[in-house]
Amino acid sequence: MLKEYLTVKEIVGPLILVEGVEGARYNELVEVEFPDGSVGLGNVLEVEENLVLLQSFEATSGLNVSQTRVRFTGKSLELPVSRDILGRVFDGLGRPMDKGPRIIPDKRLDINGNPINPYARDYPTDFIQTGISAIDGLNPLVRGQKLPIFSGSGLPHSRLAAQIARQSGVLGSEEEFAVIFAAMGITFEEADFFIQEFRSTAAIERAVLFINLADDPAIERIATPRMALTAAEYLAFELDMHVLVILIDMTYYCEALREISAARKEVPGRRGYPGYLYTDLATIYERAGRIKEAKGSITQIPVLTMPDDDKTHPIPDLTGYITEGQIILSRDLNRRGIYPPVDVLPSLSRLKEKGIGEGKTREDHSPLSNQLFSAYARGKEARELSVILGEAALSEVDKLYVRFSDQFEDRFIRQGEYEDRPIEETLTIGWELLGLLPRAELKRVKEEQIKKYMQRGEAD
Amino acid sequence: MSEGRIVKVSGPLVVARGLANPKMYDLVKVGENLLMGEIIELRGDFASIQVYEETSGLGPGDQVIDTGQPLSVELGPGLLSSIYDGVQRPLDVIRDKYGNYVTRGVEEPGLDRARRWHFVPKVKKGDRVVAGDILGEVEETTVITHRVMVPPGMEGTVLQIQEGEFTVEEEVAVISTSSGERPVTMLQRWPVRKARPYIEKWAPHQPLVTGQRIVDTFFPIAKGGTACVPGPFGSGKTVLQHAIAKWADSQVVVFVGCGERGNEMTDVLLEFPELTDPYSGEPLLKRTILVANTSNMPVAAREASVYTGITLAEYYRDMGYNVTLQADSTSRWAEALREISGRLEEMPGEEGYPAYLGTRLAAFYERSGKVICLGSDNREGSVSVIGSVSPPGGDLSEPVTQATLRVVKVFWGLEDRLAFARHFPAINWLNSYSLYLDKTEDYWRDEVDPVFPDLRKEAMAILQREAELLEIARLVGVEALSPQERLIMESAKSIREDFLQQNAFDDADAFTSLRKQFLLLRLIISFHRWAQDELEKGKDIQELIAAPIREDIARAKFIPEDQLHRFDDLEKRIREEIVPVRAEVPSENRGT
Repeated sequence: MLKEYLTVKEIVGPLILVEGVEGARYNELVEVEFPDGSVGLGNVLEVEENLVLLQSFEATSGLNVSQTRVRFTGKSLELPVSRDILGRVFDGLGRPMDKGPRIIPDKRLDINGNPINPYARDYPTDFIQTGISAIDGLNPLVRGQKLPIFSGSGLPHSRLAAQIARQSGVLGSEEEFAVIFAAMGITFEEADFFIQEFRSTAAIERAVLFINLADDPAIERIATPRMALTAAEYLAFELDMHVLVILIDMTYYCEALREISAARKEVPGRRGYPGYLYTDLATIYERAGRIKEAKGSITQIPVLTMPDDDKTHPIPDLTGYITEGQIILSRDLNRRGIYPPVDVLPSLSRLKEKGIGEGKTREDHSPLSNQLFSAYARGKEARELSVILGEAALSEVDKLYVRFSDQFEDRFIRQGEYEDRPIEETLTIGWELLGLLPRAELKRVKEEQIKKYMQRGEAD
Repeated sequence: MSEGRIVKVSGPLVVARGLANPKMYDLVKVGENLLMGEIIELRGDFASIQVYEETSGLGPGDQVIDTGQPLSVELGPGLLSSIYDGVQRPLDVIRDKYGNYVTRGVEEPGLDRARRWHFVPKVKKGDRVVAGDILGEVEETTVITHRVMVPPGMEGTVLQIQEGEFTVEEEVAVISTSSGERPVTMLQRWPVRKARPYIEKWAPHQPLVTGQRIVDTFFPIAKGGTACVPGPFGSGKTVLQHAIAKWADSQVVVFVGCGERGNEMTDVLLEFPELTDPYSGEPLLKRTILVANTSNMPVAAREASVYTGITLAEYYRDMGYNVTLQADSTSRWAEALREISGRLEEMPGEEGYPAYLGTRLAAFYERSGKVICLGSDNREGSVSVIGSVSPPGGDLSEPVTQATLRVVKVFWGLEDRLAFARHFPAINWLNSYSLYLDKTEDYWRDEVDPVFPDLRKEAMAILQREAELLEIARLVGVEALSPQERLIMESAKSIREDFLQQNAFDDADAFTSLRKQFLLLRLIISFHRWAQDELEKGKDIQELIAAPIREDIARAKFIPEDQLHRFDDLEKRIREEIVPVRAEVPSENRGT
């Protein structure tokens, strides 16, 4: 029998203060019964000898001080899991919302999880072919990586994320995979785009969806990514699947966190976000990875919109410090009609060195991508210069670089939304483009590689 | 031992009442799982405790036990090749016993109790010994001999000592002191927040060779010195830290992964046993200790991890070794400090950081240094500290960077602009600095080549001149520059691309000896000097730029360490290619 309290003292935003409570525990799950009889969930943020501070996951409208009942459950927020969660749609707190049957749980898992022992981790080394040149060629994704997409409002990050989910596969492998999709605060239309996308490709059978929409309670979003990752850990490390987790949009998650922090009157860090934002985000992002001797893996693609396209805003900034690289979308490329508008220069995949090369993709992959990077950087610089001084002021070599970078954007970065380019083709295009530049400029690729691959490119 | 009760739980902070005579920084055990914690504030009967483990499930009324001891680490053979969490629990042992996740309330000693070590005495019965004297030695790994020392504060005559196989807890010697007979084991404990004692500290003067060209040549760090590596994300802080951990010529490396990525620690764990130390030829892991408190592990233990790391470093320094401590990243440590401070409801300083951030950082970096160790043999040891800083948005005016710059002597400023152009290490050569440059100059002169400091100055002057010329070129175009200026631009480009840029993932390029650094720089500067000479004699700049030798200069960094004679051929070829047969030797070309 759960103890029930009618002693609510204060309600401030999402926070509820209850008096005279005995035996409450930090981070415990509570049930809050509204005066109209409906029941919501919350958890304990702080306990003192007879005072308990709760955060409610439901909107607190309709609560009052005198009639609200609070029950302490003695456990933390859990997600019931079994193989049957595949193909299902849940709300932000893990309750089925697709009119399907109730999940008969194999297990109930604490959504907060435990940190993976760094010694138990296995280093991600399996190249994932996404079929997108800007990613595969230059910033490749590997299994167990967390690689966010930094976007801005109005940019096609949803389409890109869906394309990655649709096309991703490891070269030469036929293992069981699953996609977990967690929506936090996005609009119905965006969520619908993904659901239709999963349905149309029949990927829904391999997917688990957690949906918290823009008009759902903001505080519920705090639990959503943790629900998704708990499901991911179950599928990856107990059922041996390779799981791709898409978290969209982390910006709204952080805003919910800020809301609670503000309600608690905590000393804010930058831009009003709590000082522990880094640690909190880390407890989400670090749940990606591989474990030694485990067959499955968790690869994370968090998506976030940068307020005002500002990479130094605390959310993208702290995310970038935790994740293993980032894919940044460019408004400029998008304006010029290039899809996917990946800004390759500031984009980065930290794990690429061990995921590519001989035996993984091809031995020339790494030097080729370095050469493309530096050539494109030089070309862009020269292009800016020509805007100021006119093309005539450029040296002959610089003119070639400008031509290279134009072609690079047009042929290498640009591709169709349903075009699944194999890595071989991506590399071939890369070599063809390098053919535009004088040999002496190609300092990052080895002589033998130029002979072996460029000539072949020319012969084709 | 005294017992109290919890009255409040707020995240990693717990308040307890009823402890009998608690002291600041006492180690306590919290709740029925006996979670580790440390007392950080006392108010009347209330003690505030930062708990090193996840506090979910704790509540008022739970027990709190005061051990009466400060947080300490275990010191003795077996530290090398280990991986610990922030409070020295062995993560490998924990995984074997408790599974893939870090579970709570786990108590495992830092040193293996069952393992036996072969102890060889270095003193005999009847010898007089003082604190720090070496009683005997143990071959800890094939690279490092562990010296078992008389613990600080002990002095007397050796009553008993013997060779044999011992565990760390068994007594290897008995010393008769003024306060009676005292047994000595190989295991010693030391509180992490207290610096270990030494006889005297000296200003460092010898460079720590890192094999990284831009570091060793332009911005060297001394053995016993301090450096910081600030940079926005993606600018290569960790790659640089790893490169230095791999190639630095210190005998022992302590690597503290403080609030960073789990996969980075895995990378080190998987890579270091495979990589060979260029000095000893043995796997790097044999001289490395890892302290891993990743970003998702409890925040209070992150605060403790840098102290755990530096205490381990000081212990090996006391044996007479040169030790490098690397902390990645000190910003995460500062954030842990901020979080705890916020929970204590302290008045915040800048950006919410506590007002004592600066003093704590300074106190940490001051534990570095070159010292005369305790003991009667006057041996020297050093601890060099390299901390990375992760300024939000790459903005160096933020409190952690500023407080760090006030204490460290070397600043390697990383820039994302360089990283985007794949210029690695992305250290900006114009705003970085090293205050050890002058002090280490003699070493270069004596050990490498007398002309080296001049070469370096000339190279730096070329780079600085380039920055000015770039401004002009941007406004009026490259064509408007004079041939001499064009040459400066070309030579600067050559220094940047052929010298400063270094690929940490290329076998031949990852490590460059001082000798090769000198030869490579000399090659580039030789070309510059000869070309300058020829320009004055009226040769066309385009012809000089197009000289085929320049391509060989660009590839010279890939010349393996055992073929350095090839540099002489290249020097010769410069002359042959660009100087017509009249061949007068220009005056500056001494030594070529």
